[in-house]
Amino acid sequence: MSSAAHLDMSIGENSPHLDIQNLKTEIFGPLSLRLAKGECVSIRGKSGAGKSIFLRAIVDLDPNEGHIVLDGVERASIPAYDWRRKIALLPAESGWWADQVGEHFEQAEKAREFFENLGLPSDVLSWQVRRLSTGEKQRLAIARALSFEPEILLLDEPTAALDPQATEFVEEIMRQQLTSGASIILVTHDAGQAKRMASRSFLLEKHSLVEDKGEKLI
Amino acid sequence: MNSYITLSYFDVALASVFIILNGVISIAFKLGLAKKLLFVSLRMVAQLLLVGLLLNWIFALSSPWLTGLVALAMGLFAGREIRARQERRLTGIWGYSIGTGAMMFSGILVAIVALTTQIQPDPWWSPRFALPLFGMILGNTMTGVALALDTLAMTVDRERVAIEARLLLGMTRWQAMRPFVQQSLRSGFMPIINAMAAMGIVSLPGMMTGQILSGVDPQEAVKYQVLIMLLIGGATGLGVIGATLASTFRLTDNRHRLRLDMMTLK
Repeated sequence: MSSAAHLDMSIGENSPHLDIQNLKTEIFGPLSLRLAKGECVSIRGKSGAGKSIFLRAIVDLDPNEGHIVLDGVERASIPAYDWRRKIALLPAESGWWADQVGEHFEQAEKAREFFENLGLPSDVLSWQVRRLSTGEKQRLAIARALSFEPEILLLDEPTAALDPQATEFVEEIMRQQLTSGASIILVTHDAGQAKRMASRSFLLEKHSLVEDKGEKLI
Repeated sequence: MNSYITLSYFDVALASVFIILNGVISIAFKLGLAKKLLFVSLRMVAQLLLVGLLLNWIFALSSPWLTGLVALAMGLFAGREIRARQERRLTGIWGYSIGTGAMMFSGILVAIVALTTQIQPDPWWSPRFALPLFGMILGNTMTGVALALDTLAMTVDRERVAIEARLLLGMTRWQAMRPFVQQSLRSGFMPIINAMAAMGIVSLPGMMTGQILSGVDPQEAVKYQVLIMLLIGGATGLGVIGATLASTFRLTDNRHRLRLDMMTLK
């Protein structure tokens, strides 16, 4: 795993916040990646390269092999639902199961704190889900994920459905999360966003994560 | 008050007049139903004649082993029917065994308890009582289980994104699946709930009608019908719950993932 070897150096001697070792599914891998506390890395790659599957594998949503350690806690040592409270995956398509928005929020008070910064009205919890636009759903899904105060955020094209202003809101929230000590893996096809948000950028190829030193960024 | 009227074969043949009339109408208006009607009518006659002969023989032999064997065969056929009614089902042996197993377990349990504590024929497994009772229980449980499993497979497939969103928010597989399991249970219970609600008002059930026609006092027939409906309701419920929960277990895994790969493709 040559990619893992040079990542060690870029993080230095500090123990990583998230340490992904030889993660492997039928589609990709083995891949290794280390995240420092408060760091954002971006991942780009052709569609079908397995970026979404990589994120799903980290939260154990698909069968996979490999070790992942979060702040000294081995993934296999705790139940998957506890792991997913610590590491939140925000899929490209958000999921809704009830009629009213509020029914999807267990931590409604906490979620409300994010509404203003996401450009959502304060009464949005009483809205009907079927009336929401894709962009509103996406921003609500971000607030819902953040309401559980995860340590790691895995964001799969979080702003693909958003207009420039909403994108600005979401990027600002990401910065706040990083400042407060969360770490982010950001899957995006937007090179500009990768450059704005991430301290390191990677290209996902079938068997490796290749660090993108900037020459390919627009 | 035995006023049973024996039917002659001519009486039976005469009853086909209206079916034949349907056939004639179908041919006249080119509705394309005549062949199908003719075929299923003949098939039904053949099936029932065979069953009549078979029951005669089984009752005459009165063997517990044979009775058990016939009950088992009924269960396996009903299981095949459950499997056939599902558009998407679990892969491998599970597609057959979960529905069949849950239906057989609850059907046999309820039938045995009813025979040994309530109806109490002598001997308790007497085929004249055991087989019709088991058949009625099995038929209804089969319908319920088939509906519940079909709904579960359809719902899980359609709501994949929602179920995974729930898992991603830190729910266990049972919490994440709960609304969709409830939906499947509701649809499995629907026929028996409807049947019980309409009982006696909209419909006079076949068994009770049959007893009344063969000269049994209506109040006695009602007692039997109530007993049967309660047994059927109980067995259907147990079968539906068992099959739905077992399938839910199979469609998820111990790392709380939704495993649609455990289901066949459309």
